[in-house]
Amino acid sequence: MSDIIIQVENLSKRYLIGHQRQEGYANFRDVLAEGAKSLGRKILHPFLSSTNQQIDNSTLEEFYALRDVSFEIRQGDRVGIIGRNGAGKSTLLKILSRITEPTTGRITIDGRVASLLEVGTGFHPELTGRENIFLNGAVLGMTKAEIKRKFDEIVAFAEVEKFLDTPVKRYSSGMYVRLAFAVAAHLEPEILIIDEVLAVGDAHFQKKCLGKMEEVGGEGRTVLFVSHNMGQVKKLCTKGILIESGQIGFSGSSTDAIQRYYNNNINAEKGDDFWKINFPIRDFNNRKIQITDISLFSSGLNLLRTYDKLDLIIEFESKIQIKSPSIIVSVKSSEGSEIFRLSNLPISGVPFKAFGNKNKISLVINKLPLVGGRYLVSIAFAHEMVEIIENYDEILCFDVEPTDVYGSGLMLDDRRGMIAIDHRWCQIE
Amino acid sequence: MGNQSPSHRLIIEAGRSEAHYWKDLWRYRELFFFLSWRDILVRYKQTVIGVAWSVLRPLLTMVVFTVIFGKFAKFPSVGHAPYAVMVFAAMLPWQLFSNALSETSNSLINNTAMISKVYFPRLIVPGSAVIVGVVDFLISFVILGLLMLWYGYAPDWRILTLPLFLALALATALGAGVWLAALNVKYRDFRYIVPFMVQFGLYVSPVGFSSSLVPEKWRLLYSLNPMVGVIDGFRWALLGGESNIYWPTFVLSLAIVGTVLLCGVRYFRKVEKTFADVI
Repeated sequence: MSDIIIQVENLSKRYLIGHQRQEGYANFRDVLAEGAKSLGRKILHPFLSSTNQQIDNSTLEEFYALRDVSFEIRQGDRVGIIGRNGAGKSTLLKILSRITEPTTGRITIDGRVASLLEVGTGFHPELTGRENIFLNGAVLGMTKAEIKRKFDEIVAFAEVEKFLDTPVKRYSSGMYVRLAFAVAAHLEPEILIIDEVLAVGDAHFQKKCLGKMEEVGGEGRTVLFVSHNMGQVKKLCTKGILIESGQIGFSGSSTDAIQRYYNNNINAEKGDDFWKINFPIRDFNNRKIQITDISLFSSGLNLLRTYDKLDLIIEFESKIQIKSPSIIVSVKSSEGSEIFRLSNLPISGVPFKAFGNKNKISLVINKLPLVGGRYLVSIAFAHEMVEIIENYDEILCFDVEPTDVYGSGLMLDDRRGMIAIDHRWCQIE
Repeated sequence: MGNQSPSHRLIIEAGRSEAHYWKDLWRYRELFFFLSWRDILVRYKQTVIGVAWSVLRPLLTMVVFTVIFGKFAKFPSVGHAPYAVMVFAAMLPWQLFSNALSETSNSLINNTAMISKVYFPRLIVPGSAVIVGVVDFLISFVILGLLMLWYGYAPDWRILTLPLFLALALATALGAGVWLAALNVKYRDFRYIVPFMVQFGLYVSPVGFSSSLVPEKWRLLYSLNPMVGVIDGFRWALLGGESNIYWPTFVLSLAIVGTVLLCGVRYFRKVEKTFADVI
């Protein structure tokens, strides 16, 4: 049993959010009075930090980015930290990286920490690649000797040999990101913390970075990895921590944590001859087009299977008039690759009448060609070919059960491609 | 494998002042020079005249001062020293101070990205800004040497004390700079206040004139400006015994600089943890 290397106890982080007065100032006298009051406060108490300020009920609100978070990480763990946007993942990493202070609670860390919260921290656009390697390395905590020693490795990883002496502002975004990651990847800390930096970069680069991180993990180092890409998390991490609204939702194996993350977004009920997956009505803020209900009806008796007939019904309210409306439904694999996209216009050539107050649209897919696996659905509303009005990204998720569609006895799942195809083999000679 | 004593135990807690901080400053010491190196490099990238600016700036200021204060206003020089030399001897510490102060007070804001994304002891940022000032100082110092050669004016043994006065000038710049840098993070007004302070200071400090011109009754008030002590010291060291230092007020300057520096660093350390949230 390896040692506990990070111990987090009852960690909380509170921010004070200022609100501007809603009703506006009544008159100039109020404006002056307000100004004089705040000036007086600043002069008398210039040293008050934001956490010590008196909370004035009408203008300041408390916001807990993290509330009473506790967990342990052992040496050699590769932990994926997942959760919705705004759950508190980045705040947690910032506190672990000592960039900001906790409000309450305590963390004990045994080992050197290196954080990569953003690629290219410290990069200056006017300096050349060579100069920036030294600068970035120094900012991340390497000594000059260390950087010199690893210089060639870094350059080889980044594949920028030819452009070492060009100012970084001339680099393509891909080169920039490769170089920045290359420097950080060659730190040798006991604990490596990475925050969603792999979201940029092409597939080749992401693969390389994942490979490097696996290598780092294999050397017995501890890795904390925040990502929205569940495929990457599943591949790289053994353990998973799910953060929900500033608290720990789940802590355990990465597969279980990912499962929990998805389960919290869908809930399904079984009817007599259909499987209806409900869309939980969430509290979105005043969108122009507000989805009120989504149901996915399938003809199968069990969960969705390959080649099932699917009926996706979307109910929504539109606050605006759109003359040539377009609904776009996009289906992605759990790794994030888009498998197919359909829109009434322009893709399918089916014009709709203008959206009214209440709307109900049905999309029927006759033979769902997806193999067994988990899929995400994004729904967007647009002015046809002009602009996207609302985008509900990854709003729905469904599972397809591995099915023997070809009659061969083999259950088709995502290890063998992404789609099923009607086909025939012939031995001609 | 086996029993490992924690190589590096770190405890993060609200309000905990870290004993590691000074150890960390030492560990990150190379970063001081890297940041200064970066600032200097960037200054001259894509310029045509480049490094020549570091020479032209002090030279031209000296010429203007000599003409205005020396020739038109006819302020007296010190002893046998040529006016130009007297002015330049004061301009050296003054430009060190004013450039260091301007750079330092904006240093944290100019490095917002790093401060919100990476950990390192934040004192390094104003510290490296001061080092940049030293580089400019050295260039100007060479010019002063050439100037004195031109006038055939040789300094005596007192020039050996120059490093002490240099340290004093740096301490002044760092002390005020650290305060301003920290305050500037939260109250951006200081970005406008500092140039004004520097302008004002130029006329209240003995740059264009000598301290001997100041009447007795104003001397105490006048000496509250720590740069008075620094500049008088520089003149004393460079011009031999011809320029006098008023030792009581010099000690006062020392005390002020020391207090400002210590309080500045303490304040900085206190609010450092909120930088990433406020910047």
